[in-house]
Formats: sequence, C-alpha cells, structure tokens
Amino acid sequence: MAEKFDAIVVGAGPSGNSAAYTLAKAGLKVLQIERGEYPGSKNVQGAILYSDALERIIPDFREDAPLERHIIEQRIWVLDDKSFVGTHYRSEDYDKPPYNRYTIIRAQFDKWFSSKVREAGALLICETTVEELLMDGNTVRGVRCDRIGGEVYADVVILADGVNSTLARKAGFHGELDAGNVALAVKEILFMPEETIRERFNVGEESGVVIEMMGTVTEGMVGTGFLYTNKDSLTIGVGCMLSDFKSNPNRTSPYTLLERLKKHPSIAPLIAGGEMKEYCAHLIPEGGFHAVPTVYGDGWLIVGDSGGFVNAAHREGSNLAMTTGRLAAETVIEAKAAGKDMTAKTLRAYKDKLDESFVMKDLHKYRDMPQVLHSSPQFFSAYPRLLNGAAKTLFTVEGVDKKTKEREIFGSFKAARRVSGLVGDAFKLWRAFR
Amino acid sequence: MGVDMNAVVNVEEKLFQNRYKVDHGRPHIHIKDAQVCNNCESQECTYICPAACYKAEGNRTVTLITDGCLECGSCRVICKEHANVAWEYPRGGHGILFKFG
Repeated sequence: MAEKFDAIVVGAGPSGNSAAYTLAKAGLKVLQIERGEYPGSKNVQGAILYSDALERIIPDFREDAPLERHIIEQRIWVLDDKSFVGTHYRSEDYDKPPYNRYTIIRAQFDKWFSSKVREAGALLICETTVEELLMDGNTVRGVRCDRIGGEVYADVVILADGVNSTLARKAGFHGELDAGNVALAVKEILFMPEETIRERFNVGEESGVVIEMMGTVTEGMVGTGFLYTNKDSLTIGVGCMLSDFKSNPNRTSPYTLLERLKKHPSIAPLIAGGEMKEYCAHLIPEGGFHAVPTVYGDGWLIVGDSGGFVNAAHREGSNLAMTTGRLAAETVIEAKAAGKDMTAKTLRAYKDKLDESFVMKDLHKYRDMPQVLHSSPQFFSAYPRLLNGAAKTLFTVEGVDKKTKEREIFGSFKAARRVSGLVGDAFKLWRAFR
Repeated sequence: MGVDMNAVVNVEEKLFQNRYKVDHGRPHIHIKDAQVCNNCESQECTYICPAACYKAEGNRTVTLITDGCLECGSCRVICKEHANVAWEYPRGGHGILFKFG
C-alpha cells in the first residue's frame, strides 16, 4: 500500500461517500477506508433521507437507491404520561414525485451509496480501522491503518470518521467532545407486516409518516423521541443531551426511556406486535454553530458529524453531512485543477463554501438554541404537562362553563411559571428561532 | 424510581438481537486506573452506557465488559473530567455489525 493517492477519505457514511464520489467522478485517485465489514455496518441514523442534498450529488438516485417510504405526513406530539397534544401536517403535494424525503435503513442505503462511489472509480477498503494520521510537522501526509504495512499517503485526507472524531482529536486539531454538546440516542427497529403499517398510519404502499415527540418521557431532560415508518418495519427511538443524562437525579438509563416511550398509551398500539430485530445507540453532535471546530488545515478537511454539522432544531444531519462532503471534495478538485498544494491557505476555500451554503447559515440562525433549551427544562416537563392538562380541561364536557375552564387553564400556567416566566419563555424561544 | 426502572428493563435481551464479531481477548475500551473509578462519586457510566457494559460492583469497583458495546462513545465523553476511559475503535471488521443501523 505504498502508493500515493490524490485523496484519502476516512469513513463510508453519508459525508465520506459524498466526498469520495465527487472526487472520483472528477477523475481524482481516491482511497476510501471503512472500519466496518461493509459500508453501513457501523452507521446509525433514524433515518430520514432529504432528497435535495443527495440529488445534487446523484441526480437520479431514485432509480435504484433502497428507499423505504416517502413521507407524506409529519406529526409533532407533546406528551405527558397519559396523553399527547399534537399537530399533524399531511399534504397531497408530498405524495407526488419528486418526493422531498424518505425513510431509509442506513445499512442498506450506505451499501448502495458505496456501490456508486466504487462505480465512480474510488478504491474502497473495508474492515480497516485508521489508527492515526501521519504528520509531517503540522501537515497531514497520510494515515496509518491497523493492517500490516498499513501506511498510506495522499495529498489530502478527508476526515469523515463520525461524531467521535477520533483522528482529529488524536492529532490535536480539536479537543474532547463536551457532554453538553452531544445527544445520546437509542432506538429499535420493529418488524411487522406491511398491511399493518398501512392501516395503522393511514398510508399507501409507498408513503409514510414521521412522528417527532417531546415531553415527560425524557424526565425534563432536553431530548426528543421519534417514530418512523419504514416499508415493513418501524423505527422508534429517544435521545437526550448527554449532560442531562449525567445530571438526572433519577439516574435513568437510555434504554429505560426507550421502554417507557414504547409503553406510552398513545404509542403502544402503533407498535404492538412488532418484532424487535436490532437495538442501536449513537451520539449526535448537537452543539451547533459554536461547537463546530476548525475544519481544515494543512493536508486535511473535516466533514459530516466529525465536524459537528447537525441542525438539531430541524432534526437535520445527513443532508449537512452530504453537503459538507461534496463541498470539501469540490474544494480539493478546484485546488488540484489550479495546481495548488493542499495547504490550510488553499483549503480555507472549504470554509468559505460552507459559510455561503445553507449549512453554516442554518447553524448560525439557531446558534443560541442549544443554550436556551439547556437552561429551560420547563419546555420538556412543565409545558407538556400544562398543555395536555389544558387540552383535557378544554375538551372534557362536564357541565362547567367555558369561561371558568379558560380561567382554570390560565391559572394552571400562571401557577407553574408565573406570568413573567411565561413571557420570558416565549421570548427565549422566539429569540432562538428567529 | 429511576434505578429500579433501569433494573426492570432487560438490556441483554435487546443486545441479543444484535450481530457482533467480538475480538476475543482484545477489548477496545479500557478503564485506565481502577482506583479512579473507586473514588468516583457518580459512576455515571454504570447507568448511561446504552449497552450496560459498565457495572457497579458492591465494593465500589466498576467493571467493564465490552462485548455488547455499540461504539457510541458516551462513556469516554461523560468521563471527560477524569479522562479514565481509554477508548479506541475495535480492529477493522470487529465489534458491532449493524444489520439495519
């Protein structure tokens, strides 16, 4: 393996595959290294695929990509222990091609994406863990793998090695993750007949529903639950900030939260009879704008989760991963075409591209969100209870006049948060979202 | 209530559905200094690890068996202040092999 490549891409997830595909398509000599048995075998996501980001890389992906269901309905539920208040948005427009987003099963999708990368001409080596970057002073010259003679060299190394960002940390490019900047999510996949999913979720053969949930199930921890419909399976999961798991006085395990979510009276009937075939856990970098590290240097670029590119407010990550992977590749392609060395000065163009794209614009827009949510546990416990209590008061017919009911509802909010607290919370949310 | 609830959920049953290629005799995560765990008040790894790889023993020691590890990295991050978790990915091809992910 003593030969030299134009680029080495570490990792075969959405960001690594996007980078490797774009580079190989442009005729560069690309080596991609994946530690799993096959691409996808180490990767975990909900998972929702947003078409746009992939379309910009593989325009005709719909022809053969393994897609589960296109999403025609988005539900947002606020749960207390017994009930939920929800909004549903369902549109016929979402049921017409080209579809905006799909549920996918990552092990299958990543394998497919990887086949495209190899068709484009990149060399993929699996079952190989990159142990460290080969440095020459501050410049990355290649990587050392856990194979005999596993030193490989390239003009540039693209780090698409996921949220733990092991290689950049070891090289000292950035420090350890903060528990306040990552969410720990666990999920299960539950198989059931396709007809059952169609009936329970009121969908067709290829259409599906996503349910995002927040509420008392996370015990006041900043976090959300989710339920996605695949073709003949459901994915159900829950994630909370790692720092909140740490400080939770109940010392609740993530799998305990998941079990509680599955037993919630509004959810249990939807998943009843499902056969559990896998249990996963994963960290999600949710620190946002302020947590994005330096993502370029002499001979290296960071893409995807490794660079913290997740828009937690909108549950978007894989599209940012694909976009950052593509932009990193385009930066390298342009630099090579101009005959430039892959120095930090040259690769700064990647940061400029990121700043001009939706990636950094969106992260900037929600830059205060993590801090606001972190300092406001009421959004994840008090308000879900109040909201569900209000709905019950309003919708239960019991011979009490409506004016009295309204007073009762407002009284319950005032008692829990006082008027100043309510106004302050509304202001905080407005500031974080605007 | 929380601790009792954790015991009620059988995480081993969940992990049993997963596919692993265990690198026998070569665990990829190590506790650096057992004494640091003994002195650790919170021992958060013993309830946060989603695969329950860390167990609190009666005598305040913490034991680690990585066979069921989901490779999430939580243990390393929550132990940041003690930095007592030596965390590497398994050798290529080993560890968790997600069928669906």
